[in-house]
Amino acid sequence: MTDFLLGHYAYWFTILVLAVGLYGILVKRNLVKKTIGLSIFQAGIILFFVAISTKWNASVPIKVKGSHVSEAANFMNPLPQTLMLTAIVVGVATIGVALTLLIAIYKRYETLDEEELLEKFQ
Amino acid sequence: MIVSDLPVLIPLTFLVSALVVTLFGFWKERWGYPLAVLGTLLAVCLSLYGFFQVMDGSMMRYEVGGWAPPVGIEFVYDTLSAFIVLVINSVALIALIHSRVVGKTEFPGKRGGYYAVAMLLMFGFNGMVITGDLFNLYVFLEISSLSSYALIAIGDKKAPFAAFRYLLIGTVGGSLYLLGIGFLYVVTGTLNIIDMSAMLPQVIDNSAVIGGLILMVLGIGIKAALFPLHGWLPDSYTHASSTSSALIAPIGTKVAAYVVLRIMLYLFGDQLVDIGLPVTSIVGALAALGILYGSIMAMAQSELKKMLAYSSVSQIGYVIMGISLSNPFGFIGAVLHILNHALMKGTLFLVAGNLREREGHTNILKFDESYRKKYPWTMAAFTTAALSMVGIPPMAGFFSKWYLALGTIQNSNWLLLAVILISSLLNAVYFFRVLEKVYMRSSASESTSDTERQEVVPSMLWTTTIAAAALIIVGLFNASIVAVIQHMIPAGL
Amino acid sequence: MNLTLVPILAVLVSLVAVPLILLSARKPNLREFWTIAAAVVKFGLVLTLIPTALEGESIRYVLWEIAPDLPLALNADPLGIFFAVIASGLWLLTSFYSIGYMRGHGEVKQTRYFASFAICLSSTIGVAFSANLLTFILFYEMLTIATYPLVIHSETDKAIAAGRKYLTYTLTAGLLLIAAAGITYSLAGTLTFQAGGLIPEGVMDQSTAIILFLLFLGGVGVKAGLIPIHSWLPSAMAAPTPVSALLHAVAVVKSGVFGVIRVVGFVFGPSMMMDFGLDQILIVAAGATIILASLLAFKQDNLKLRLAYSTVGHLSYIVLGAALLTPIGFTGSILHISAHATMKITLFFCAGAIAVNLHKKNISQLDGIASVMPWTMAAFTIGSLGLAGFPPVNGFVSKWYLAYGSLQGDMLIPVLVLVFSGLLNVGYFFPIIKRAYFHEGGSELDNHSEASPFMVVPLTITAVASIIFGIAPNLFLHLFDMASTAATSLF
Repeated sequence: MTDFLLGHYAYWFTILVLAVGLYGILVKRNLVKKTIGLSIFQAGIILFFVAISTKWNASVPIKVKGSHVSEAANFMNPLPQTLMLTAIVVGVATIGVALTLLIAIYKRYETLDEEELLEKFQ
Repeated sequence: MIVSDLPVLIPLTFLVSALVVTLFGFWKERWGYPLAVLGTLLAVCLSLYGFFQVMDGSMMRYEVGGWAPPVGIEFVYDTLSAFIVLVINSVALIALIHSRVVGKTEFPGKRGGYYAVAMLLMFGFNGMVITGDLFNLYVFLEISSLSSYALIAIGDKKAPFAAFRYLLIGTVGGSLYLLGIGFLYVVTGTLNIIDMSAMLPQVIDNSAVIGGLILMVLGIGIKAALFPLHGWLPDSYTHASSTSSALIAPIGTKVAAYVVLRIMLYLFGDQLVDIGLPVTSIVGALAALGILYGSIMAMAQSELKKMLAYSSVSQIGYVIMGISLSNPFGFIGAVLHILNHALMKGTLFLVAGNLREREGHTNILKFDESYRKKYPWTMAAFTTAALSMVGIPPMAGFFSKWYLALGTIQNSNWLLLAVILISSLLNAVYFFRVLEKVYMRSSASESTSDTERQEVVPSMLWTTTIAAAALIIVGLFNASIVAVIQHMIPAGL
Repeated sequence: MNLTLVPILAVLVSLVAVPLILLSARKPNLREFWTIAAAVVKFGLVLTLIPTALEGESIRYVLWEIAPDLPLALNADPLGIFFAVIASGLWLLTSFYSIGYMRGHGEVKQTRYFASFAICLSSTIGVAFSANLLTFILFYEMLTIATYPLVIHSETDKAIAAGRKYLTYTLTAGLLLIAAAGITYSLAGTLTFQAGGLIPEGVMDQSTAIILFLLFLGGVGVKAGLIPIHSWLPSAMAAPTPVSALLHAVAVVKSGVFGVIRVVGFVFGPSMMMDFGLDQILIVAAGATIILASLLAFKQDNLKLRLAYSTVGHLSYIVLGAALLTPIGFTGSILHISAHATMKITLFFCAGAIAVNLHKKNISQLDGIASVMPWTMAAFTIGSLGLAGFPPVNGFVSKWYLAYGSLQGDMLIPVLVLVFSGLLNVGYFFPIIKRAYFHEGGSELDNHSEASPFMVVPLTITAVASIIFGIAPNLFLHLFDMASTAATSLF
């Protein structure tokens, strides 16, 4: 049991980060804090992908002269990391759009508190 | 050679248009519209040409950058993706042509940006449909989602807030899908759909595969507005500008439903999808609940656009239900309904746009007989689409329901059959409620200005009527469409 | 002469008239000309099909495949031709009558009225000539939608409520029919009507058969006015009288009973009906409807409502005839389509003439009107005698065959039902005639004379036709031979 818990510590940490992010999105009233929660949520997923690419005693996946396919075990898996480069870009764009929307909301209602906004809609 | 490059050319057309529109649109705002229409027209021509290349059931595989799959990204242009691409691009063309006047009145000064984002949206959708790589699909999904947040934010005063909510829910959905890919990648070591589907039978017992499937369906389910993940949809469609909702509503959720179809029936296949959990039954039940919930909520709305939005929740349920039946009839019904509903919802939102442009509102309670006199063609288009939504033959809507009904009968699933029939009645209730007002309620004011024809400008009128006429044509000649759809049915179904 | 195209032309001719009617909205005379022209052409086209029907043959015309293996196809068989002759013949008369009525009443929106009317007739002929269930459903739903503007024509709250009720009932029915068609398709693999039944033996068990039959019955039974799903029919009497006359005595309700005959004879087939005991369900439903409707008719003071309940009862005569599953019973059933059509349309024409001319709608106001409207009341008397089953009106002939048919099937109860219902018919029609002829009229009748010839001529023609077809059922149109050809083809 302890082995199971400790052996998967990277995943437990990922779940924790995802939970924190989701908490921010769902519970926080301030829209900026919601956006931060969203960012944390995405970071959790990036962590997960980095975790699955990691191996003990392996080096960064840079091909050096004379290395051979049979030595692949000595390198980390580069693919999830490259995927995450793209995902980070997507995440940045998302946050950018979110902040733009928040500016638009603030200009119209002069508040970013969800409850107050809903009241003003009535 | 151009034919083999088609899979990549179609999305690329939109990407190039987006750049061109950005360049010229910011320089001279009025150039945005013609350039966007031109780009879409080009894409429609390409997809029409491509459709005829692969309509016999053949398939084109394009290796992006010359990297062979499964290492490189691959675009798969088969009959199904060619069909969906043709449908969404044609509907987008109609919506974009229609947007000329609405753009001038609803967001003056922002048209350059608007059309650039619209092109990006279509780039995302086309990419989602054509790509054969799961991660690449995520990227296209986010491109289209980010564009749709921006498009929805261009609307009335509440629009940015609706868009922000959609952004929160949508990004969580996209992230869950990404997490699901991660699970599958850990087990199979590939991201290519065809490659992965060949490997899945050996690893299907692994709980990570089942977890991955659930996460992916959940994530895409949010984008498809599958009940109960539909919360973002009604507000977004209601508060967005008429032209944004006419562009996004008919195709946005459909593309997501198409991804669900790819995952459930192509990637996993009907044999494997149910091994860990009865996924098809659960999804089917949710779809059925969504059909009823959407219809009932639609009845309670007094705002036309909101009614149409809830109706979308209900209609996407038909598509998902057809997929979940996992038999040939259900498949035909689902794919046919993607086409039919795109046309129907397109027509209805165009009508809403016409009314907003002329009357400044779309409050059903204010509708009366003068609308029919003022806008005879617009109202005729509305009537056609409404009859089609109810499922009156020979309108298109009848036939998708007919195949879905056959699918439920083939599975002996009488509950779902009852849901299809009852929801048709509910559709009738909320559409005839509007029609009754338009055709029967005598207008409050007796002034002559209320009885003279004040139909919208030709660019809006023609697009609306063409979309409506297409409903009848598709209905009457759907046998040839179904014949093509039969080529798409995945092996073993 | 090549007749292949006649069925499709007969369907299309009134559809073609629709745009012409709409375009000439501002010229009433031209508009009415299109209606009459379409009606004449349609009737002429249908008449050319009679020889084919008499030979027991049918003309098949496949338009195109609307779904794989499910073509949109027309098939003019004897039964369909029979129904088409009745419907198109009476449309011609109703068109004349409508002109008189609508103008006499100064009704608004006459263009919408005539256009919807033309679509209705196309759909009815389409229902008659449908070669398969899918085509049938297509025209059946088209009829539902096209009738709606007619039901709500007056646009009063009452009419709109009636329209809602009508739509609720008929659209629900349409859905049940679609479900039934879907199940049939998955069982039989085809939907093409087949004399003697399209469902092969042994594909379903008792309970499936009963459920499927009940779905079908729900689908066609609403328009056929079976109690307890009849209640849209009396409400729909809020429509103008010519609408009630044609649609609720001829087109809509007759499409319903025609559907019952199609289901019994061409989907299940007599032998399968017998095997699963489905005929018992139908006999009980029809018998109960006949008696209950006649009793309900007594209570109505509104003339049109009384006629409506009488219609509900008489439709079930036709259903009963089909349920007997004997050749003679079917003949009687099919003949009653025509007999009830001519008689009931006469009565509705009379009710309309009285309403337009004297503005009287209730039976209690009809005292002494025979003295001012002798032709109308004479026609009314003929019609009601016929419905009660007195010779020499054609109601007698069909009733005779219904009774004969039930004896052929060794069933006594249907005969008793028919006799009892005949007595009830006398009971609810006699007071009207008594008031009109023997009661002293009020002074308000003094300045009135007979109604406009546009209305009196058609109603006289239908009354005379009722008698002619009562004395010589085979004259001119060979109605009897067609009915018996259609009936024998099933066995």
